[in-house]
Amino acid sequence: MSLVAELERICGREHVLTDRDRLRTYESDGLLHLRERPAVAVLPGTAEEVRRVVAACHAAETPWVARGAGTGLSGGALPVADGVLLVLSRLRRILSVDLPNGRVTCEPGVANLAVSRAVAPTHFFPPDPSSQVVCTVGGNVAENSGGAHCFKYGFTTNYVTGLEVVLPDGEVVELGGAELDRPGLDLVGAFVGSEGTLGVATRITLRVVPVPETIRTLVAYFETMEDAGRTVSDVVASGFVPGALEIMDRLSLRAAEEATAAGNPLDVGAALIVELDGPTAECEARLENVLGVCERNGARGVRVAETAAERELVWRARKAAFAAMGRISPSYYVQDSVIPRTRLAEVLARIDELAAAYGLAVANVFHAGDGNLHPLVAYDARVPGQAERAEELAGEIVLACVAAGGSITGEHGVGVDKKRFMPAMFSEDDLAAFQKLRCAFDPAQRANPGKVMPTPRLCGEVPGPYREHPLEAAGIAERL
Amino acid sequence: MSARVETPGSAREAAELLASGARVRPRGGGTKWGWADAPVPDVVLSTAGLAGILELNAGDLTAVVGAGTPLAEVEAACAEHGLMLALDPPADGATVGGIVAAADSGPLRHRYGAARDLLLGVTVALPDGTVARSGGKVIKNVAGYDLPKLFAGSLGTLGTIAEVVVRLHPRPGTTATTVGAGDTAALARAALALAAAPLELERLDVRWAGGKGVLLAQAGGVSAVARAERAAGLMRDAGLEAAAQEDDDELWAEQGAGQRDPAGTVLRVAGLPAGLERVLASAEHHGAALVGRAGIGTSWLRLDPAAVDAVREELAPFPCVVTDGPPGLDRLGTRDPALVALERRVRERFDPAGALA
Repeated sequence: MSLVAELERICGREHVLTDRDRLRTYESDGLLHLRERPAVAVLPGTAEEVRRVVAACHAAETPWVARGAGTGLSGGALPVADGVLLVLSRLRRILSVDLPNGRVTCEPGVANLAVSRAVAPTHFFPPDPSSQVVCTVGGNVAENSGGAHCFKYGFTTNYVTGLEVVLPDGEVVELGGAELDRPGLDLVGAFVGSEGTLGVATRITLRVVPVPETIRTLVAYFETMEDAGRTVSDVVASGFVPGALEIMDRLSLRAAEEATAAGNPLDVGAALIVELDGPTAECEARLENVLGVCERNGARGVRVAETAAERELVWRARKAAFAAMGRISPSYYVQDSVIPRTRLAEVLARIDELAAAYGLAVANVFHAGDGNLHPLVAYDARVPGQAERAEELAGEIVLACVAAGGSITGEHGVGVDKKRFMPAMFSEDDLAAFQKLRCAFDPAQRANPGKVMPTPRLCGEVPGPYREHPLEAAGIAERL
Repeated sequence: MSARVETPGSAREAAELLASGARVRPRGGGTKWGWADAPVPDVVLSTAGLAGILELNAGDLTAVVGAGTPLAEVEAACAEHGLMLALDPPADGATVGGIVAAADSGPLRHRYGAARDLLLGVTVALPDGTVARSGGKVIKNVAGYDLPKLFAGSLGTLGTIAEVVVRLHPRPGTTATTVGAGDTAALARAALALAAAPLELERLDVRWAGGKGVLLAQAGGVSAVARAERAAGLMRDAGLEAAAQEDDDELWAEQGAGQRDPAGTVLRVAGLPAGLERVLASAEHHGAALVGRAGIGTSWLRLDPAAVDAVREELAPFPCVVTDGPPGLDRLGTRDPALVALERRVRERFDPAGALA
């Protein structure tokens, strides 16, 4: 039986797509300039169907790629030509909510924001990527997604306690569980952020936390990016960690303002969003402190959101910044490199130099607390050669960040987009160590092949005899 | 039979040792040497030559530390900058590498997470003779697989941690702790109320021994005292007798110390916050002394080794691990065979010849 017929038998004909036009939807993820048509897209409706699909791919020696909402920005869900695209959008049930223990168990296709909604108003799920209305928890697990609040709250990996995973050979294994501090290897930690290359999660247990008593949000405007950056350093040095610290530069402010009319001035060099959350007494005291720091660093004005609506407007402008770039530039290319925060001024100056040298505009919107930059390189794809120049400039920016001691990606993942930069950050031996993990889970390398690693590499057999621990041999203990 | 001790001075030398064909067991401060019933190795790899604070980037809230560095030394250096490495396991001489390899933690785990959550990068010596670095030196990074998490808690079975990059946090200037006393039901009720309250506690612990117990809640920051008073109110509402105090270092050191009993037996129970009353009842029934992270669900029971199996059975499905304990005890209990097989495949890839078995 052909693989397509087998997939139809597993999931039903209506959930197996081979028609060219219908497959078009799935050719790209959020990294729109890369496209690939899979041989078939399959939309299983249950975890058991996912298991059978993966087992069928294994039997047919066919590569497969899992996809959630397709909002990823690194091409992590780019299909493999002639492969299977495993679309998880029908697995969107929240399976259990356990507020006393702060746990939610759900299927991978559940939207990020749906988790917070399921535990509102007392609790929330902290990772909050800008795409949180649609991006899925399964995708968050694959990419170890962050968001604006992770300087204080951490990333997806800090909130996943258990996973049911279908391994690439079709076997199902439970990693972790509801409890923390379990014995054995931290395979949950290894799986989160593995970009779909170790298997596919079919059930996810998340930790949710109580909502803060108070949230105070302010925007401060500065003449220069340096003033805004110094304010961030002074706020952090004052001995507490705000819920969020975000900077928008002049260009991104203009784009966001055109899209949202949030009322931000357009003649400033930078806007800094500071959000304080936590116990009311602590927040109010810290707010005074932050206002003082802003003033000492020459803030031209500060707006403190007084209502939930005002706070929402601040965030709408920030989260719309990417999409809004479309208003001032036909196309843009976004990176998400990270730098040690203390190198901010130096790296931003370098980005300005590079932008000038390439004759392209670069807007900066970034998570200032953790040094996660989001330089958006604006270009016009209709001008011959400009898309290539934009990509080259973006690459130079990534390398400048690595040279400053940073990382090629803070939250978007390596995917296809950044795998060429992996050697700038990791040696051959480092990459070989990554490959050991990959091979333990997926020796045939059928799960999302061609992602993360800069060049294809083989797994091979496990060399040499593995010496068994005497207690293991006796069945008394497992190796630990 | 005793092992030869080698003290490599670099990750490269450590890797050469692992690739030499000898059976090797790494050792930091040696404080948790008894946590595994490992056979006597040919070589003990002391991490004493891999010690020192290599970088302390106060403005970036990161530090790069040699695995053999005692935690106390790191804390002292951080304190000079008003910072801390938010790890407070019982650490009399324990090294950062050892704490990470054993995934040990203390009461600060309530707010700041476990070693895995504070680990940004590792440099490891591997049995194939290579030195591999993963993670990074920034507090946000998703490039490559998260090998720091894989190595945290691997008890040295995949390779030897030579260097770690850790995230630092500001030290809360002021702290205050509320202590509430009562019976198991009231303690459990108060623990859930405090875990759900928006007080942003630094630590939330429970202690029980000989029919008596207390709940301890620590607040930090400029409003610490006021929040400790609020915690006292919640404890009273739940039926505890509660009072707040500002001088609390001694209290918390005792909580950490309660996780250890090198001459006796300690069972670490990976439970859940709402399971606390059940764990307390089991401890009481078997005459065990307990300390636990009330908001996390993890507890340590100091008990008679003969009671381990019964406690495990009572507390199922919570995984229970013997840390301190005499040789021959079932340390891990029954585990899912599919998971054990996958763990074995991971170990085979990193250590095919069993140098670190």
